[in-house]
Amino acid sequence: MINCASGCRWGLASTAVLLASCNEGVLDPRGPVGKAERIILYDSTAIMLAVIIPVIVLTLVFAWWFRARNSRARYRPDWEYSGRIEMIIWAIPALVILFLGGIAWTGSHDLDPRVPLEEATTPLEIDVISLDWRWLFIYPQRGIASLNRLVVPAGEPLRFRLTSTTVMNSFFVPQLGSQIYAMPNMVTRLNLKADQPGTFEGLSAQFSGDGFSDMRFDLVSTERQAFEDWVGATKAQGGILDVNTFQELSRPAKAEGTQTYARVSDGLFDRISSGHMTATSPQRGQ
Amino acid sequence: MFGRLTWAAVPFDQPVVMIASGTVGFFIFCVLALVTVKGWWPYLWREWITSVDHKRIGVMYIFLALLMLVRGFSDAMLMRSQQALAAGHALGYLPPEHYDQIFSAHGTIMIFFVAMPFVVGLMNFVLPLQLGVRDVAFPVLNSVSFWLTAAGVLLVNVSLVVGEFARTGWLAYPPLSEVAYSPGVGVDYYLWSLQISGMGTLLSGINLLTTILKLRAPGMGYRQMPIFCWTALASNLLIVASFPILTATFAMLLLDRYCGFHFFTNDLGGNPMMYVNLIWSWGHPEVYILILPAFGVFSEVVATFSGKPLFGRRSMVMATMVICMLSFLVWLHHFFTMGAGADVNAFFGIMTMIIAVPTGVKIFNWLFTLYGGRIRFTVPVYWALGFMVTFVIGGMTGVLMAIPPADFVLHNSLFLIAHFHNVAIGGVVFGVMAGISYWFPKAFGFTLNERLGKAVFWCWFFGFYLAFMPLYALGLMGATRRMQHYSNLHWQPLMLVALSGALLILLGIALTGVQLAVSIRQRERNRDVTGDPWNGRTLEWSTPSPPPAWNFSHLPHVDRADAFWGMKQQRATAGTHVGKPSYESIQVPRNNPTGFFLAFFAVLLGFSLIWRIWWGAGLGLLGAIVVCLMQAWRTDGEIEVPAEKVAAFEQLHGLNERTI
Repeated sequence: MINCASGCRWGLASTAVLLASCNEGVLDPRGPVGKAERIILYDSTAIMLAVIIPVIVLTLVFAWWFRARNSRARYRPDWEYSGRIEMIIWAIPALVILFLGGIAWTGSHDLDPRVPLEEATTPLEIDVISLDWRWLFIYPQRGIASLNRLVVPAGEPLRFRLTSTTVMNSFFVPQLGSQIYAMPNMVTRLNLKADQPGTFEGLSAQFSGDGFSDMRFDLVSTERQAFEDWVGATKAQGGILDVNTFQELSRPAKAEGTQTYARVSDGLFDRISSGHMTATSPQRGQ
Repeated sequence: MFGRLTWAAVPFDQPVVMIASGTVGFFIFCVLALVTVKGWWPYLWREWITSVDHKRIGVMYIFLALLMLVRGFSDAMLMRSQQALAAGHALGYLPPEHYDQIFSAHGTIMIFFVAMPFVVGLMNFVLPLQLGVRDVAFPVLNSVSFWLTAAGVLLVNVSLVVGEFARTGWLAYPPLSEVAYSPGVGVDYYLWSLQISGMGTLLSGINLLTTILKLRAPGMGYRQMPIFCWTALASNLLIVASFPILTATFAMLLLDRYCGFHFFTNDLGGNPMMYVNLIWSWGHPEVYILILPAFGVFSEVVATFSGKPLFGRRSMVMATMVICMLSFLVWLHHFFTMGAGADVNAFFGIMTMIIAVPTGVKIFNWLFTLYGGRIRFTVPVYWALGFMVTFVIGGMTGVLMAIPPADFVLHNSLFLIAHFHNVAIGGVVFGVMAGISYWFPKAFGFTLNERLGKAVFWCWFFGFYLAFMPLYALGLMGATRRMQHYSNLHWQPLMLVALSGALLILLGIALTGVQLAVSIRQRERNRDVTGDPWNGRTLEWSTPSPPPAWNFSHLPHVDRADAFWGMKQQRATAGTHVGKPSYESIQVPRNNPTGFFLAFFAVLLGFSLIWRIWWGAGLGLLGAIVVCLMQAWRTDGEIEVPAEKVAAFEQLHGLNERTI
């Protein structure tokens, strides 16, 4: 009975997982970081399944064969120790962990979020500020800023600095890979790259209050020329991001609509991330 | 006069809350009325409320946990149905300010007021019996622990009707939980109820730890100690070592909130990251506080129903203690994404994985305990096998997330939610359910209905897979936790599957109620007259079911791990020793209302502090101190059970001439 039931269950569950998760999210990466992380996911899962599937099968087989009514099974009422088996059962998990520990060590270093990707081109720098409950992206090299929409050139490395005005959030674009916390008075760093043009959903992965669910943005990856065009259009469109407009932005609000700024006052990100702008933010309502 | 408390604190405008609390209030009123009309108060007061008998207290813990399971699970149903509805442009029926309270309450209640009382209750009931002693080290303190836990439970539930609960998630990370971002009383409810119940847990840990270290039957060294006692030892060591961290952390947050301190605020040198580190240096050991006793239950169940001793006992003990120690070295894996360097992340990732080694050894030990057994497929065995099959999957996904770069894409996703429910349900809940059906006859003198017990198991088993396998997939698709709504319509079918799984578990919980009712009606048919319904191996089965207040008329003498099994074998070969045993009078602790009164004043204190009613807080504190002083000045704490009464009890149960 147990055998059959678990078989059906496995079939159902694994089909559902396979069908559902192949065409979006972290199993469909569009950048080198996400791809490397997918390899780690697959490899480690495979290594572990090699042990876990036999264990599940053996559990069911042993339980079934040694059922009380099976007169063919040999009952050993006093068998409680075997040095050889003991050695094996400590060795198997230890070996698996040795493998995986190696993956963890090299993976942590290769994919350390703050280490720049090895690329010939200079990375595009982006300063990310999480607001209640919106995302503000500043392009310090270009002197422009964008709210809730992140436009980047495809195939070029991106170097992020992140901070928050109020509470913790986590900056995450599943299809590009690694996420990192954005925290008040703190700067975290992240390096990503989008291989191809496309629109990828970004989100906050750390609960930050009532407006959290809408704290999503589009990361638009475009060809180099289209990116330059967008920068030009942004500059032509006008709008200034200075202390005053920023105060306006830091009031709690839902993430609705996008906006761009043609000019950003110097050192705004540094002032925010060093805590000079947070004290004035108003209390959230009851 | 009443601080911040006004009529506005009662959410008359929220029909969901009013209907739910109205129903609960009506139910409580009916129960109280029934008790009053039937005149059961003296009985309840004498036999339960003021009882300091570890068995009674254990049963009350588990009863409390079952009640709170219903509360915590109704939160789960609200969440699952909200997420099943709120896709695309739909916003579901729970607005964020309500939904955020629900997931915070769900986590808080399930960990602190369901899993903890379940596990502490089992340990309370079983430990002295397995150790062959008459009670825990400090019986009155034991009652105090229980009632403080109950006080915390009451406060959490009051928040449903008066005011609000935290909207911060179950660990209340600052700065979100600071006054600047959570100005209401929700976080205060969270903090004070956990401070009060945490005190109870710490006292209980000290008590059980002392019991294991200091009170064991003559001849029982650590090598002869049953495996459940070993896991309880590890668990209580962790309670004693980690709960003070929780209390201190919450105390700091309380100072921030009440007195304008800046431990974790954004300004004036406060550092929220410190809180995250501190809370997880309690939080990770907490995971093992819950799971280790469950491992102990499975060890007892698998050995008993296989009819053979546990395979590799020494390995098992070693594995338990290794897990106990390592559990303090892994807390950082809860926030690899906070920007620590590669070396730090890799160190904590690898430490985390190393825990999988002793855990894997345990699985293999159970596997080889089954091997060569004569397995009886009772309800506890179903839970144990279901656990072995399910838990390894949860272990695998756990090790996966211990790899920092894998965690970078899985952190805070629904994959994580699926993982920890996989180990919490597949490990702790299955373990507790196995333990309840295993020891129920010991507590009440009759076995539970097996058919319904198996039905309950299948509901939980398939319900778990239906509810959480889709969450694994959703996490990989980029769905994160605590979403009140989401725009991606592709996720909705899987959310609906998850809802159906939750409904199946709901059926399982309902069937537990049916099982209890049916079993009580059939109790004469299923009565356990021998005291040993499962052909058990450890000392608790050598007592009658239910055991007398003094547990053992003669303290057993122990010379091996499976002491009772040894005694039975000896009797089988040497024949029954027929002789007239002599009995001595036994001292048992007297009933004591200290715990109940202390809890009363603790609730007054907590409630007043939450609402800033300072005179009430003063009164509560004063009352608590007076109760403690009265307890300290009491003169006689024990009553004597005369030898004749002990002899008569033994006669009644035929114990002095029982043949096995």
